[in-house]
Amino acid sequence: MAVVTVANLTKRYGDSEAVAGIDFTIEEGEVFALLGPNGAGKTTTVEILEGYRDRTAGDVDVLGYDPAGNARAFKEQIGVVLQESSVERDLTVREAIDTYGRVYPKRLVTGDLIDIVGLGEKADARVKTLSGGQKRRLEVALGIVGDPDLIFLDEPTTGFDPSARRQAWEMISNLSTLGKTILLTTHYMDEAQNLADRVAVINNGLIVAEGTPDTLGGRETAHTTIRFSLAEASIGDLPLAPTLVEGPVVEYRTDEPTAVLHTLTGWAVGRRVALEGLTVARPSLEDVYLELTDGEER
Amino acid sequence: MKRPSAFALVANQTRYEWRIFWRTPISAFFTIFFPLLIFVVFSLVFGNERIDYLGITTAQFYAPSLAVFSAVSATYTNISISTAYQRDEGILKRVRGTPLPAWIYFVGKILSSIAIAVIGTLIMIGVGIVFFGLQVYPETIPTLLVVFFVGVAAFAALGLLVAALAPSGPGATAIANATLLPLAFVSGVFIIPSEDMPTWLNAVANFFPLKHFVEPFVAAFSPAATRSSFSWLDLGYLVLWGVVSLILAIRSFRWEPPTGGGGGRSRRASAKSA
Repeated sequence: MAVVTVANLTKRYGDSEAVAGIDFTIEEGEVFALLGPNGAGKTTTVEILEGYRDRTAGDVDVLGYDPAGNARAFKEQIGVVLQESSVERDLTVREAIDTYGRVYPKRLVTGDLIDIVGLGEKADARVKTLSGGQKRRLEVALGIVGDPDLIFLDEPTTGFDPSARRQAWEMISNLSTLGKTILLTTHYMDEAQNLADRVAVINNGLIVAEGTPDTLGGRETAHTTIRFSLAEASIGDLPLAPTLVEGPVVEYRTDEPTAVLHTLTGWAVGRRVALEGLTVARPSLEDVYLELTDGEER
Repeated sequence: MKRPSAFALVANQTRYEWRIFWRTPISAFFTIFFPLLIFVVFSLVFGNERIDYLGITTAQFYAPSLAVFSAVSATYTNISISTAYQRDEGILKRVRGTPLPAWIYFVGKILSSIAIAVIGTLIMIGVGIVFFGLQVYPETIPTLLVVFFVGVAAFAALGLLVAALAPSGPGATAIANATLLPLAFVSGVFIIPSEDMPTWLNAVANFFPLKHFVEPFVAAFSPAATRSSFSWLDLGYLVLWGVVSLILAIRSFRWEPPTGGGGGRSRRASAKSA
């Protein structure tokens, strides 16, 4: 069952089109990532789905509601973790969770929630004493305290150090195992790769690719690249014609890497030459992403 | 699965605002302690003598007038500044993403600030009675209560309006202080304006609500006061200010930080131009 359905969603600010007609659906229990550079339209899209912004055109269905109506019953079923916000500095972790929890008809037990987000030792500490990563985890706790069916996480780990990010990923994976549907935005490829069941790459307000992290942008069918260096005199003797030669560097792009590699290594062993610096590579998600977004950020 | 009752939600919000206030020492200082300090200093500096042209002692004037100043700080200043800062920090935006109805959010703020105003006023009156021989006339207590609660409700609404219109937390701080302090001088809070005050300045004082709060409240502490000294005109004027402020505040209220929330828009603009 689709939890989120977006059809031809468009948002214009004056002359500029922040979201230029996008379509996607998110199934129940899925972790869906909107991946794109800053300013691609991720936050605008998510904030339309959360009910913060009106749309210029298109159809949006979230849990059976039009989010633009801002119905109370709708807000009771979603959890929102904003990109930039802060929690009241002078409350304790427990007080903040209790205060926000009381507005929902069903809610997670405060103690359990504190454990889920890994703030057990900080439960009675004032928010102002928390580290950046801890504050962000508290914000996630406030987002899910109402036991929502659908959770929006807008750039949940931006600005984290690597260990804080690992902890956040673990927490998000745990939410997913609880059966929650999650819409995540990120500009980190590894984050999408680690967490998402499905990824849509968004750039300049358009979805330019969609798929699982393994198939995105035709990754699974893309050519494998075999590369090595060889004395230039021997290049002409290679049993297969290279795709590309640059000085001593030889490159093959092939759909049959096993056979090509077998031929090449057999030839090399027979001739007693080394294929220096041999690498066999498929395009990484990063390659695909950079190609799709055209390095737009820079 | 049952929705929390409106009563429970109002109680939750009021307790939340109350807690935040007392944990912000600077606001507690300026709301409760600072007016008390002025009261004690004035009473000592001027001597607690009978002021001839008023026919009452210094304390008999300053205890109620500074109690009103404290109550207005607790409502007007406190609500405008704290709400604008909460908006800057994205707290209001988060609240907007929860099922909490907006009106309950506002009511919680107003009730908490009124409770703080009650505390500040009781302390002021209490110190006046214990240390400076302040007289309270039982027959005027109903008048005092009506004037007080109408006054603080009106100033709470006005605080919400400043929060709605102010560009930022520092902006709200500037607006609240730059309006309250000069107005307190011309409205008879710190000093009784002289008879020679320019007409236009008198008109300014009469236009704004502070004078219509402090005058009847101080008058109820005068030995000459009776229940009949109750001023419907001042009271009606306060109600008018409160209602108009509340309507304008609700219509112009903003929940998102000045950048439009999350900085998405500004970042997009810079990405496009790059």
